[in-house]
Amino acid sequence: MPIVCAERLSKTYRVAQKQPGLGGTLRHFFWRRSRLVEAVRDLSFSIEPGEMVGFLGANGAGKTTTLKMLSGLVYPSGGNLLVAGHSPQRRQASFLRSITLVMGQKQQLIWDLPPLDSFRVNAAVYGLDDTEAKRRINELAEMLELGEELTRPVRKLSLGERMKAELLAALLHRPSLLFLDEPTLGLDVNAQARVRTFLADYNRRHGATVLLTSHYMADITALCPRVLLIHQGGLFYDGSLEALTQRLSPCRLVRLELKTPLPASAFSSYGQVEAIDGREVKLLIARDQLTGAVARLLGDLEVLDLEVADPPIEDVIGQLFQKGVVQ
Amino acid sequence: MRIARVLLSSQYAYMLEYRAEIALWTLSGVVPFIMLALWSQVDASGGGTGELGLNRLQLGRYFLSAFIVRQFTIAWVVWAFEEDALQGRLSHALLQPLHPLWRYLGAHLAEQATRLPFVALLVGLFFLLQPDTVWLPSLGQAFAALLAIWMAFTINFLLQSAIAILCFWSERANALERLLYIPYLFLSGLVAPLEVFPPAVRAAALWTPFPYMIAFPAQLLSGNPPSISGGFAAMALWIALLLPLVALLWKAGVRRYSAMGA
Repeated sequence: MPIVCAERLSKTYRVAQKQPGLGGTLRHFFWRRSRLVEAVRDLSFSIEPGEMVGFLGANGAGKTTTLKMLSGLVYPSGGNLLVAGHSPQRRQASFLRSITLVMGQKQQLIWDLPPLDSFRVNAAVYGLDDTEAKRRINELAEMLELGEELTRPVRKLSLGERMKAELLAALLHRPSLLFLDEPTLGLDVNAQARVRTFLADYNRRHGATVLLTSHYMADITALCPRVLLIHQGGLFYDGSLEALTQRLSPCRLVRLELKTPLPASAFSSYGQVEAIDGREVKLLIARDQLTGAVARLLGDLEVLDLEVADPPIEDVIGQLFQKGVVQ
Repeated sequence: MRIARVLLSSQYAYMLEYRAEIALWTLSGVVPFIMLALWSQVDASGGGTGELGLNRLQLGRYFLSAFIVRQFTIAWVVWAFEEDALQGRLSHALLQPLHPLWRYLGAHLAEQATRLPFVALLVGLFFLLQPDTVWLPSLGQAFAALLAIWMAFTINFLLQSAIAILCFWSERANALERLLYIPYLFLSGLVAPLEVFPPAVRAAALWTPFPYMIAFPAQLLSGNPPSISGGFAAMALWIALLLPLVALLWKAGVRRYSAMGA
């Protein structure tokens, strides 16, 4: 039975409209105008317990609004929603105990106190006794590689340390359902990697379900076998990341290292030239012609090295959103 | 109980980080002392005959009591709630199985505990400057005054909470709070004892919650109470009215929350 089940979910916001400048300000003061924005429309999907699902989409696609509805923060305008057996918007205590929402750009830790003080409050709110709270804090701190940082005021922590402490606070009650909105936002590459490792570990240890949005595709590729791609509030794709790449990019990227440099015209019969840098060449070759093209390249040219890969998913998704209208 | 203990201790630790700010807030609450100086002049120009309804000693004790009551009934839910709602910080509180208003209540009580030494210091200073005003309320009087102060704080907290919840509709609820500040200032007994008001104004004021926020507890503490049972009954009534109002507003308002900024 799915742990998340959304049927024709929609959310419409009323947004005030104001023109810039003094004239616009005065008009806005006397004649308020607003318009309805359909942040999410007819979105249907389900998630099984223990799955790690990536939520992809451009800015404003409706990812965060969907997460807010799934966690019960925002009332849907329409559709049906069942999360962990509850209607999220009712925010029953048993539901709130089973979920967490981590927002990369927002913090719940008390700014001027060490994280441990915030953990104490969370432990009390979730009804954990001191011994159990201490045990869980130690376990999570070990997984997150946090130590003396927990006794330093939050304002004195680096962004990475703070994010890890935020994760600890959000997971202290051991939720079975994690909604993560940009959990690695602004972190350096090493910190991102540590957070990813932690999330995978948490999922493995506790069988937790994870729904993750991230602009860092490395987060998605490392953690999420399944992705949901939403575009303009609606579901565009639901499946594996690999299949999405194949669907969006009918070509594969072939990197060649040649013995001697050749002009671009020399490759026109094999595929589309992506880049040439001296002896290194990047070609985009249609998937159905790949085997033949590679065989011919190896036979016709003096190739020192050859590598076949999918184009970076960032590029593929980026192109998709740049096109504006999804085919 | 454990939640209350942990909330209070963590909020107290947080408030102690801002002890200088709280000391300044306490100092900024000396309006009753300024009003005391003013009304003492008025009384003196009338020959000190107590035409105001209170003699010089009673005036001093009343305004000192008003200062103490004010210090322990201040509520700032509107400001904190509005900022949290606009910045998206409210989202985290809404996602935990504890009503967010309990957190604000904990913060207020912790702040009151932080204010306590500064208030004691100012009261000591007042007695040093005006030794003839020194008085010690009886045990019963002190208990009744404490209860009245607690109820006055509850009324103020609930009233502010009701306004704060309007953030879900207006986003700028503190403007509404400003509207209430003027009647609060004049009808609460902060700038003048209710005795100096014309009878009609005084009678009208008693139909509002404001006199119960300062004047009634201050009168109890200074040992010059009007009807004790009437005052407590009115306070209980206001609490009984405001509690369901806050609950209803919350239920309706939270549906409109858009978790902006989050």
